Amino acid sequence: MNNFILAQAARILFPCLLVLSVIVLYRGHNLPGGGFIGGLLAATAFILVGIGHDMAHARRVLRVDPVVIMAWGLGLAVISGVPALLQGAPFFTGLWLPTFSLPLLGDIHLGTPLIFDVGVFLTVIGFTLHTTFSLAELGHIEEGGDV
Amino acid sequence: MSELIILLPVFIPLIGAVVLLSGSRSLAFQKVGAVVFSGLTFLGAAYLLVLVDCAGHVVLQLGDWSAPYGISMVADRFSAVMVAISSLMTLLVALYAISEIDAARLRRFFFPVYLILIFGVNGAFLSGDLFNLYVWFEVMLIASFVLLSMGGERSELEGGLKYVCLNLFSSMLFLAGVGIIYGKTGTLNMADVAQSLAGSPDVSWAVSGSMLLFVGFSLKAGMFPFFFWLPASYHTPPPAVSAIFAALLTKVGVYALYRTYTLLFQPIFPEFQSILLVLAVLTMVIGVLGAASHFDITKILSFHIISQIGYIVLGLAIMTPLALAAGIFYLLHNIIAKTCLFLVGGLIIRLQGTGDLARIGGLSKSKPWLALLFFFPAFSLAGIPPLSGFWAKLGVVKAGLDVGSWVAVTAALLVGVMTLYSMTKIWAEAFWKAQPEGQPAAAKENMGSLAYMVIPIAVMAALTVAIGLFGEPLFEFSQRAADQLMNPQEYISAVLLDGGEDLP
Repeated sequence: MNNFILAQAARILFPCLLVLSVIVLYRGHNLPGGGFIGGLLAATAFILVGIGHDMAHARRVLRVDPVVIMAWGLGLAVISGVPALLQGAPFFTGLWLPTFSLPLLGDIHLGTPLIFDVGVFLTVIGFTLHTTFSLAELGHIEEGGDV
Repeated sequence: MSELIILLPVFIPLIGAVVLLSGSRSLAFQKVGAVVFSGLTFLGAAYLLVLVDCAGHVVLQLGDWSAPYGISMVADRFSAVMVAISSLMTLLVALYAISEIDAARLRRFFFPVYLILIFGVNGAFLSGDLFNLYVWFEVMLIASFVLLSMGGERSELEGGLKYVCLNLFSSMLFLAGVGIIYGKTGTLNMADVAQSLAGSPDVSWAVSGSMLLFVGFSLKAGMFPFFFWLPASYHTPPPAVSAIFAALLTKVGVYALYRTYTLLFQPIFPEFQSILLVLAVLTMVIGVLGAASHFDITKILSFHIISQIGYIVLGLAIMTPLALAAGIFYLLHNIIAKTCLFLVGGLIIRLQGTGDLARIGGLSKSKPWLALLFFFPAFSLAGIPPLSGFWAKLGVVKAGLDVGSWVAVTAALLVGVMTLYSMTKIWAEAFWKAQPEGQPAAAKENMGSLAYMVIPIAVMAALTVAIGLFGEPLFEFSQRAADQLMNPQEYISAVLLDGGEDLP
């Protein structure tokens, strides 16, 4: 399947969606958004590329096996609890760096809950893409095409 | 910081899953990793058990949000021993699975999913919060769905579909019950719910919530009349998967029944006592009759799960310190004996190519050691002294006699005889009877790969003998655990006043 218009649109949309997903991920701590929605958005970017060209192409764009991304996400979520231990606080206690300002971006809050959210973000990307790629390949097998 | 130990049995399997998912795909790596991480989980769980037995309760408030608002993880003696035994079973079944699970399943990440399953199970045991209990149940169920249908064969998918539908339905009921309780008490922390229930003048509203929880849990536990999904799905996956399901999943349902009815619903328990008694007796009887009517090893064993659940729930229904202690002891004995039987069944199927009793036989001649390994768990399950099942049954029966529930005691004894019948049936057909004509003789197996399957079985058989012969410390421990369950106030103050007792 090679849809010319969609493929061209995906070229423009792909980076936009990825940037948007990171913004949604970051604002998620106090505003609607967060790792889950951000992850879905990022996965959509790859799926769009996959529909425009084919899923094998999307897999190449992703470079990393989605299962590995899922594993990193889970691992990161666990690791986000560890800094609290080093401070002598119970596991998963939220620790924040002092707020600082950057030009254009305004006040920046960074802390362990954000690491947890990044973990969720990666897990959702990995899971969604793993499922989508597997289903697409299953469709190929049934059509009699090569995988 | 010693309360952090409570995280070990939960997070080690998760880290294991992460390592196995992101690391090398080679089969050797997956196998070694699974055994190493389940071994570490067991060590963590054993340490937690020792700690809890000294301290009484170990409480951790995740994220430093104090008790009724944050997420509490609580270990008392009962939950700690459940975590320890299920981690031990995970380790032993992982050893068995190394040579039993085929390469295709291993490549589809059998072991990471397996570790996620134990992550969910241990989390459920240690959760101090109703909603989190629900979440842990879901973690466990999603992992079990995957394990059940991993092979992609028609029978597996059929069994998996029944399992998924019924379990999702039970989760829905559970969630609805949690919703009612939250709406009425404004809290999800179990200790806090218990406190506000105990303190409120009118508790009749709690009946609906607790009934929803009861149906949800007993569906998962496989109690009458909600057991039908269990024998329909447990015989389809590979025996190692059936064995770990038999060891853990229904037991988590029973654990949740014990936890909620001793902790939360003690004020309204008298209204439930008769229902629980009747259902426990019916569960025993129907389960054992189902087993008697089947002629396939895995199906017989699946029905026996149900009938054994009846005994354990009977302990809860009688609700005296002795009955609860006997119930806990029964639970521990049953997990070991049942898992062992499923593994022996798996070995028989592997050697003979089928679990159909009519088509196998002659094993006592060709594999006398297997007959011995079958003997211990089977007769322990039936309650023959001096094996562990005898003391477990004796405890339940004694507790029943003390309160004078003659029907339950009679049923318990008769079901014991029927269990013996089923076990003798497997014994006579698979081991004593000559090999049926026209059936291929027991396959010659490479002893090296068989060793990994035999070792866990031998360990469990030895455990059931050891508990039978030297069961006193374990029974005393069960009594201490039951005392804690009988006095929920300790649990409540340990959680709400934070930190529990001072740890050594």
